[in-house]
Amino acid sequence: MPATMNPATSRIQVRPSAEREGRKDYISIRDYGFWYGQKKALEAITLDIPERQVVAFIGPSGCGKSTLLRNLNRMNDLVDGISHEGDITINGRSIYDPGLEVISLRRRVGMVFQKSNPFPKSVYENVVFALRVMGVRDRSILDEACETSLRKAALWDEVKDRLQDSALGLSGGQMQRLCIARAIANRPEILLMDEPCSALDPIATGKIEELIHELKEQFTIVIVTHSMQQAARVSDRTAFFYLGKQIEYDTTEKIFMNPSQAQTEAYISGRFG
Amino acid sequence: MVIGLLCLVIVNGITVFWAPPVPVAQIDDGRTVIGQLAQRRIRAGSLANTPLYERQYQVGLRELNGNSYLWVDEAKVKTETFPADILGLERVENGPAFVRPQTLRKSDGKILAITDPAFEAAFQAEVAAATDVREKLVEITRHRIGEVNSEMEDARLALRRAEDLKLTADITLLRRQITGLEARYAALLAESEKVVAGGAIASLVTRDASGREVVIPLTQVIRGWFPNRLDTWGRFQLFCSRLGEFIFDEPREANTEGGLMPAIFGTLVMTVFMSLMVTPFGVITAIYLREYAQQGAVLRIVRISVNNLAGVPSIVFGVFGLGFFVYVLGGSIDKLFFADQLKYNNNTPVFGTGGLLWCSLTLALMTLPVVIVATEEALAAVPRGMREASLAAGASKWQTIRDILLPASAPGILTGVILAMARGAGEVAPLMLVGVVKLAPTLPFDAVAPFLHMDRKFMHLGFHVYDLGFQSPDSDAARPMVFATTLLLIALVVTLNIGAIWIRNRLRARFKGAAF
Repeated sequence: MPATMNPATSRIQVRPSAEREGRKDYISIRDYGFWYGQKKALEAITLDIPERQVVAFIGPSGCGKSTLLRNLNRMNDLVDGISHEGDITINGRSIYDPGLEVISLRRRVGMVFQKSNPFPKSVYENVVFALRVMGVRDRSILDEACETSLRKAALWDEVKDRLQDSALGLSGGQMQRLCIARAIANRPEILLMDEPCSALDPIATGKIEELIHELKEQFTIVIVTHSMQQAARVSDRTAFFYLGKQIEYDTTEKIFMNPSQAQTEAYISGRFG
Repeated sequence: MVIGLLCLVIVNGITVFWAPPVPVAQIDDGRTVIGQLAQRRIRAGSLANTPLYERQYQVGLRELNGNSYLWVDEAKVKTETFPADILGLERVENGPAFVRPQTLRKSDGKILAITDPAFEAAFQAEVAAATDVREKLVEITRHRIGEVNSEMEDARLALRRAEDLKLTADITLLRRQITGLEARYAALLAESEKVVAGGAIASLVTRDASGREVVIPLTQVIRGWFPNRLDTWGRFQLFCSRLGEFIFDEPREANTEGGLMPAIFGTLVMTVFMSLMVTPFGVITAIYLREYAQQGAVLRIVRISVNNLAGVPSIVFGVFGLGFFVYVLGGSIDKLFFADQLKYNNNTPVFGTGGLLWCSLTLALMTLPVVIVATEEALAAVPRGMREASLAAGASKWQTIRDILLPASAPGILTGVILAMARGAGEVAPLMLVGVVKLAPTLPFDAVAPFLHMDRKFMHLGFHVYDLGFQSPDSDAARPMVFATTLLLIALVVTLNIGAIWIRNRLRARFKGAAF
């Protein structure tokens, strides 16, 4: 629970990079199964996501990749009648640990959605929303976080003069970058991206992909995408899902150059899905 | 049809204040009639292809004629002339009068004949002076004597209590206080009599249509005009003056004349309080139903009940309000907080009787379903993505509701409140049971602490319409007022709604622009 740490000071601290280096099973998913009511959506998923790498989830629609992504910050808790088996741990701690509040989990695991969803507030208030709900009131901390996040999201130069304008007046690409800025404003450790570029034009997509490259320095990123090219461009490792099962998980190079499963190859080369 | 009805109300409501020329009609049977044409209609029993009309004249002078209105067969009217010396009078009692003035006795005793060119100016000056006298009298009798009376009431109450509890020191003190108050009362009464005497000199000697001499004291005259002499500008000024009186003054003559200030104020205050009560209650209920309650059989029953509430006849709410709010809640409040008052004031209830608070609550209950349903719809219409974004940013459920859902659904909630206001402001039936009266002696808001008296009975435009139209002893005289009051009620509801719509549009402008 963030109440134990002072949110004000935690904003300024820079996490020592050595601590984040090297952990290969930063997010660890073990024998994970998931049901929507009676319907099994995921089955026997086992994969490790290393720290400060980009992992792409690919697969045809309905294969469960988004479901898995949304379980990493327990967004699926909103759905009635869900159940799971197996476990997901982040940095060694289960996300289903009863002692872990889902709110503090979500503060550590930021999320960017397929459709950009800025709040009907000013650009500034959008970015600092996560800090506000954590109880940060200090104006200078909020200002600093706003600028840093917008710079990281490569949006600062475009909106610095209209921070108090409504976020709904931005263009589609700007809105999506604003959502990224909002997701990273409270410095989560992990960033989940659910098809972040599916509604954007190629230029905006390019900007966001560049951004992912930069954000990788600080965040562990899990991205769901329908674009093979995008997965190949941005990710270090790729997991291919089909019908709720994990077919293959390896380095991106291996998946795209030399997949070990025939289904993977068929999907990547566009023969189905 | 709605537009037609609106036009009817608007035309009839506005022409009430317009002063047309007043004819002198010679009738076949030798009668002479001086009066303003009120309406014209086909005589009952006349043939359809050759309709015979009859005219209704407002002749005034009710105390002489027994009735202010007179029906005359059109065929029997020989001539109609519009002589310039006809004078229209609005009077404090007995309604209007249309007469031919002869002489004016001024306050200084001088007598002026109608032929004197200074007559009209002198007459209007005397009317203004008489108005001052009346206002002074109101100031003394209503306000200052009212103050003394209310202090006296308190003192008597305290005395009764002191006597009951045998507090000798207090009794002496209070008796002395009451004596002092009685002296003040007597002094004020003497002052008011002096004012009356001062104003009683001026009078107008007139002749009515049949030539009888009628003496009208000017203290009785509120307004006088020469309907056949006025130009359009003069008529317009008269129109504005009457409209101003209608809106800002208090009613006279069993509500058939004068203004509607207390009723306008009562309607406004009650509607505002109703909105203030129904909004938080409805919004909280909707949030609970939508966001927190377990979906299931119980919730379904609650939903059905809410929807059924919307279909309950409003009089049933009135009965409920009377039974629950007035008797149970009000009675309990009286027992708990006003026990002394009950005991020493002949069991006169304070909150245990109809009043502004109970009216507002009853109507709030009646309009609750509207707000609940509108709020639920508005919450459901907030894009799912927005809710998810908030939760994903680490906001708790309550923070999400407070910071994201409620602001985003504010326009929808306001729509519900607007509908509730529109329904509540025009409602009469339940109010008759829980606190609206024909004539309230005081406004629910005045300079005496606590300023807003939620326990007081009040007047309401809707009830006023009912009372004028169906309970009035002189329905002909009340008819124009019914139209005017209806128009005012509609205007008030429209104004309230426009205000709320304006707020809603401003909110909407803040949220619009999500271009996709």
